[in-house]
Amino acid sequence: MTTIGPAQDTRVTRRSGISRGTTPARALPLVPAGGLLLVFLAGPIVWALYGSLTDRALSGARAADPQFIGLDNFARLFADPVLPLSIGITVAFVVGSAIIGQNVLGLVLAVLFRVGSRAVTGIVGVLVVTAWVLPEIVAAFIGYAFLSADGTLNAMLAGVGIAGPNWLYAFPLVAIIIANTWRGTAFSMMIYRAALDDVPLEVIESSMIDGAGAWQRLRLITLPMIRPTIFTNLMLTTLQTLSVFTLIWVMTKGGPGNLSSTLPVLAYTEAFQFGDIGYGNAIAVVMLVLGAVFSIGYVLSLRAGGSRT
Amino acid sequence: MSVRAPSVAAPTRAATRLWANLVLLVIGLVFALPLAWVVLAAFDSAASYQVKIPTAPTLQNFADVLTPQLTLRPLLSSLLLSTGAAVVTVVVAVLAAYPLSRYRSRFNGPFLYGVLFASCLPITAIMVPVYSLFVQLRLINQPWAVVLFLAASSLPMALWMTKNFMDSVPVSLEEAAWVDGASAMTALRRIVVPLMRPAISVVFVFVFLQAWGNFFVPFVLLYSPDWQPAAVSIYAFFGQYGTVAYGRLAAYSLVYSLPVLGLYLLVTRGLGGSFALAGAVKG
Repeated sequence: MTTIGPAQDTRVTRRSGISRGTTPARALPLVPAGGLLLVFLAGPIVWALYGSLTDRALSGARAADPQFIGLDNFARLFADPVLPLSIGITVAFVVGSAIIGQNVLGLVLAVLFRVGSRAVTGIVGVLVVTAWVLPEIVAAFIGYAFLSADGTLNAMLAGVGIAGPNWLYAFPLVAIIIANTWRGTAFSMMIYRAALDDVPLEVIESSMIDGAGAWQRLRLITLPMIRPTIFTNLMLTTLQTLSVFTLIWVMTKGGPGNLSSTLPVLAYTEAFQFGDIGYGNAIAVVMLVLGAVFSIGYVLSLRAGGSRT
Repeated sequence: MSVRAPSVAAPTRAATRLWANLVLLVIGLVFALPLAWVVLAAFDSAASYQVKIPTAPTLQNFADVLTPQLTLRPLLSSLLLSTGAAVVTVVVAVLAAYPLSRYRSRFNGPFLYGVLFASCLPITAIMVPVYSLFVQLRLINQPWAVVLFLAASSLPMALWMTKNFMDSVPVSLEEAAWVDGASAMTALRRIVVPLMRPAISVVFVFVFLQAWGNFFVPFVLLYSPDWQPAAVSIYAFFGQYGTVAYGRLAAYSLVYSLPVLGLYLLVTRGLGGSFALAGAVKG
């Protein structure tokens, strides 16, 4: 229930014939919303652009009197080997947990729900949704407990004679991908479930009469019909996953080394651990650009799809 | 419930269903195991990070964490911050949705798409600049400013949902009021808002839940222990004792999560499951 989209965006609202005051007065109720968005969302974005051009620090002289240093932060950032590493980790995290993990698992669950019996469907649905409803920090503790050296996973592996590693140190990226898939699949599952319910029954019936098997029906009929939903959901889960911080921070703190530092974690570390606010702002700008690209893709897909989101 | 495909070949269908159930149960088990830890460990005096049935179930962990400074005051902070954010967001969103829903203007489209675009930007990306901005404006460690920021970050989504819900309230009802001389704001307060009560509660709960579960925002913007919400205090507890006091960590997690689970249940059951998502996803 985090992210969502419009639908009938330009529904024509019938207006009464009565003249209802001048236009500026009508726009008055928009002022509080506009003010909040300007100060607390647009403000920080502008501030990020400006701050990234300074050498502002968390404390000390450069905190009180930061200097304008032009594009130095960006020059340093793009020369820093940690940036490509972090972008690579971010991409792997998004592809692994959002695009493959949440979307594929969510779709598989939604498809199986149509075949499975009611009781099983109900129980599994509640379990998956519970993981999603829990506060992120609790999900992170649960992931930490499950994957730590003396956690449940290793206890189970020991049961079949395998000595599991400490997943959080040996395979930090895998650990956070598993945890984020566990946490986020419910969203995709619910979206795909609604989309599959909207596929007209007649189409499926007629394809069955034509002798199509279950797999053929899914591949040739159902998936193409829900393609707009798939695209939208990929965009949304990607954007959500791009901004995951708490889960990673609690489970691995971005470590060991920087081996699980996605961009949000890197920005936090540089700004607040190393106290380099200007450099952290430069990373924030990179992240905003990345997010903006996906947001534009998402908004365009909605406009193109009209009300069929 | 979902519509089932018509059964044409019954025997194969039964086999398919069996397999589907089997795979579903395996996936369900994988999802249940980590959850089981938090529930079982909370009642276990000798809890570890492994899932195991407590040999002597106890409420001692809860008794240990339910102290004023460890949970009660942070939970009260969470409640105040989340309620504040939800109230501000709902009031502001309802006000803004009215002109967007009722008057045609060539600015509506760009404004709404701009808002939608903003709702997609990764909020964690702006935490470093938000911190700088808060320091600059002397808002750091001010609970009311955190409330406003939480409200602003939920506002784009809330505005979209409210606008879509408001579109489905027929404008003809207000026309009658207008004829009787009521102003637009009176019509909004007397006619539209009462009709939208279920939708407004969905938006309220939605913002409340987001704020309640938010860790990063108060973690960065509030350093005074007096105001830290449960999300931050549980993190501090984890850092200090988490690797020792497994049972208490689990109990604390459970206490902190229960309001969220309860509210979610309320929305999906009480207000209609698909309805909650409908205004958002399908509109």
